[in-house]
Amino acid sequence: MRPLTLQRLFLQCSLLAVILFVVVVIALKLGAVPVSLYGLGRDLISVLLHQTKALSSDYGMIVIEIRLPRILLAIVVGASLSVAGTSFQALLRNPLADPYVLGVSGGAALGAVLALIVEPHLAMPTWFAALFTPFCAFLGAAATIAAVYFLGRRQGQLDSGTLLLAGIISASFLYAVIMFLMTTLSGRDFRGMAFWLMGDLSSSLQGSLRWVLGIGFFAAAGAIYTTASDLNLLLAGEKEAMHLGVDVRRVRLVVYIAASLLTGLAVSVSGSIGYVGLLVPHVMRLLFGSDHRILLPTAAFGGAIAVVLADTLARTVVAPSELPVGAMTALAGAPLFIYLLRRGSA
Amino acid sequence: MSSSVQTTSELSKVGDASRAASEVRLSVEQVSYAYSANQSQAPLFTLEANSFQARPGEIVAILGPNASGKSTLLKLIAGALEPLSGRVLLDGFVTHTLAPRARAQRIAMVQQDSPLLFPSRAWEFVLQGRHPYGRALRFESKDDVVIARNALAQVGAEHLGDRWMNEISGGERQRVILARALSQQPLLLLLDEPTLHLDIGAQVDLLATLRRLAAENRYTVVVVTHELNLAGEYADKVVLLQKGKSLRVGPPASVYQRDLLEQVFQTSLTIELGPHGRPRVSILPAT
Repeated sequence: MRPLTLQRLFLQCSLLAVILFVVVVIALKLGAVPVSLYGLGRDLISVLLHQTKALSSDYGMIVIEIRLPRILLAIVVGASLSVAGTSFQALLRNPLADPYVLGVSGGAALGAVLALIVEPHLAMPTWFAALFTPFCAFLGAAATIAAVYFLGRRQGQLDSGTLLLAGIISASFLYAVIMFLMTTLSGRDFRGMAFWLMGDLSSSLQGSLRWVLGIGFFAAAGAIYTTASDLNLLLAGEKEAMHLGVDVRRVRLVVYIAASLLTGLAVSVSGSIGYVGLLVPHVMRLLFGSDHRILLPTAAFGGAIAVVLADTLARTVVAPSELPVGAMTALAGAPLFIYLLRRGSA
Repeated sequence: MSSSVQTTSELSKVGDASRAASEVRLSVEQVSYAYSANQSQAPLFTLEANSFQARPGEIVAILGPNASGKSTLLKLIAGALEPLSGRVLLDGFVTHTLAPRARAQRIAMVQQDSPLLFPSRAWEFVLQGRHPYGRALRFESKDDVVIARNALAQVGAEHLGDRWMNEISGGERQRVILARALSQQPLLLLLDEPTLHLDIGAQVDLLATLRRLAAENRYTVVVVTHELNLAGEYADKVVLLQKGKSLRVGPPASVYQRDLLEQVFQTSLTIELGPHGRPRVSILPAT
């Protein structure tokens, strides 16, 4: 018997943190404009010391003001999607659940698109204008998961296959509505939105939105982490968990709201990036086991690493042009989804 | 706020009364229940008022044909369902009003085996029984590990600790599930058809283990089963149900009457006494 200890948790998380750091450095270095490792290190240190004037050259500005924010965004988005996917898989007792497959990303995208269309017609205080899109995306995500949950039930029991079908059908319906809405927009907006729908991390965020994203991520992921050991018991079913002292209704409410918030935030800033929430938790489960006290934090790191890598590839393989990052994750994720389906783990 | 204070004082009053009465641990008092498709319709199934009591160390078997309300009665005892009328008292506490954690510290339920979503090792599974005792993030303490190891030893499954749950036999898995229930350190151990899908050797083994545990640890055990002979051999008390009605409650010898069992199970039977004075039921096939 070797129960999980705080030390082992920290050790494995710091290992992943080191890997994430290495990936971030590589991502900073790669790009249309070449940067030397030495110059990169010197620039990063001077930024940390708040001496932005001491940057070596214009290239330094590119790295610090374009690539770094984009990488930080990729980290938060990847961690959010991965944590949301991990908790959906446990709560719905479905190894193929993830925000994208369940249509939750689609719901969030519809919320965000509606917000963008409605926003110019509403008089809002400026501080709220920045929050309006993520807020609508959250509402869209929460409404979708509620709908999919009810559609996925059969005779009062959650049915694995019905749930997935309900999610996939909801997703295609939601994207059809989004397409319909987008045709009402002008040509330039249309192209931008089509790119955004496939996952796009290149948009620069307003300062207040950065704070909302950061605080929202830690609050929601923290809320899910408080239910980590309850999620372990839920793997054996809701009735079993209840007899072991889990307040199932509270856990369900906390996880649905927090996971919808994570998905809503991620989608409102980056569009819908698929398969991260599906692929990463499975890899982490193979490496670290299915105990959610270690799975949730490692999945957060894993999701961050995966999206930073995917985004780096997306902006370098066809440089100076760019692929949507969602296309990169789908290229890797769809075959894995089929593998998991064929293995009969559903 | 005030209502919760009231409930607490009410509970403690009930507790004093039952302790004064005797050392009865479990008291099922006139509980009834009704299932219906929706609230406006007549109930599809009703469980009529049911009463019995059990002391520490006693094994109670709930018997009856399919759809007689056995599992419903067990869920009512576990506090998972709120009775339509009546109440179930465990050491003076009304079971369905207990908070989930408090309930799991007192009542352990062994259900029919449900598959795990992701594989886990037997020791991880047994440690889950310590969940109701954990604090905020619930990292298991050394004590928890000792308790879980003892629980495995008590059911004779120390050697299974490092095996995967999906790779051991049905009988072995049933032992590990029982060990998890023991690591909850309950007062009341409930089992829903624990011998289902087990061969005869494993069945006898499980019941003998329950008998020993009830005596050693002073558990009150309530078991739902279809196995008349196992119940007759190992139970101290039998509750016989038919279509939601409790027909008879008492020691096996008084409940196992030929005409009564023939009428309940709709088949010809003979009953004789075994070497320990326990009743034995045999089928009498129509010729």
